Amino acid sequence: MLETVILVVFAMIGVSLLLNLWRLLVGPSVPDRILALDTMYINSIALIVLYGMSLGTSLYFEAALLIAMLGFVSTVAICKYLLRGDIIE
Amino acid sequence: MSSDSSLKWLPSPFLSLLLFVVWLLLNNSLSAGHILLAVVLAIVIPLAISPFRTKQPLIAKPGLAFRHLMLVLYDIITANVQVAFLILGPTKRLTPGFVKVPLDLTHSTPITILASTVSLTPGTVSAEVYPWEESLSEGEAPKQQYLLIHVLNLEDETKLITTIKERYEAPLKEIFQC
Amino acid sequence: MVEWIVSVLLLIGGAFVLVGSIGLVKMPDFFMRLHGPTKATTLGMACLLTASMVFFSHTQAGLSMKEILISLFLLLTAPISAYMMIKSAIHHKVNSIKRTQGIDNIEDDV
Repeated sequence: MLETVILVVFAMIGVSLLLNLWRLLVGPSVPDRILALDTMYINSIALIVLYGMSLGTSLYFEAALLIAMLGFVSTVAICKYLLRGDIIE
Repeated sequence: MSSDSSLKWLPSPFLSLLLFVVWLLLNNSLSAGHILLAVVLAIVIPLAISPFRTKQPLIAKPGLAFRHLMLVLYDIITANVQVAFLILGPTKRLTPGFVKVPLDLTHSTPITILASTVSLTPGTVSAEVYPWEESLSEGEAPKQQYLLIHVLNLEDETKLITTIKERYEAPLKEIFQC
Repeated sequence: MVEWIVSVLLLIGGAFVLVGSIGLVKMPDFFMRLHGPTKATTLGMACLLTASMVFFSHTQAGLSMKEILISLFLLLTAPISAYMMIKSAIHHKVNSIKRTQGIDNIEDDV
């Protein structure tokens, strides 16, 4: 049963990644695109955790943690760039 | 508001506790070697970085802080279900709005915690703290501060403000004693 | 039994992540779009990571508590990145829809 559930959740997260991609391509303003990217990296963490579960290994945990950290830092860096025109003043 | 710890070799006890727990979680083990290493890290890192940290107010009432944390976690779950229904429901009926909440807190750490709580709970995202710190002249006493929040479905403005002030701000004021 | 708990948590988490992304596409202006990803996605991720924690505690020897770290990290950083994004949106004067109330409460920044 668990295999089927994992497949279904894979599909759900895949659909949400596609929706984010739509917003990333269409999104009228720059903050919209940043928001889409921010959501995309969170969804890809979900995807990696699910992949680890379907393979039955916890090796992918470190990758998920690194993506979480780098994603947050990059979101803040792009917003800072929008606010000030400079990342490090 | 007290900002100095009483122990000299332990400048910030909560940071040390956090480092200890995070190190053990990262290694996912409780072996003696890792516990020893975690204790060493939890003492050495705060000592090494204490000269360039800005002073943070200490938590005066840890018990109340824990109760407040549990309340906020419960609110996050219920608020998320509400927001999920608002998102799935008809968009045309939503009435978004910006609201200014006057703040009683004065220190920046409690204000940050309040803004983060507001962002995670019922249909509100905190946007800005007024007045701008840059607009104050040197040595001028800080005026009444406001928190600007965006509400997804604004029904009753005064009710929302009193909810935020009573449910989230009053406990924080008591926890940090400021 | 464990399998049931993991399945239910996974489905709830996936549903919340999906709802967050639907909100991202469906809402009419930026400030309303921000609500979906900051709230629904955070709770969805917490559910998914709890499911992973229960699963690995069951299949492998010993408890697996590492996933708490990612949940905590996301819970701490979601409001901050939301704040940064709404601040840059206000700075760039992104349009909000007509029926937004209290738009005068926004002050011009320096």
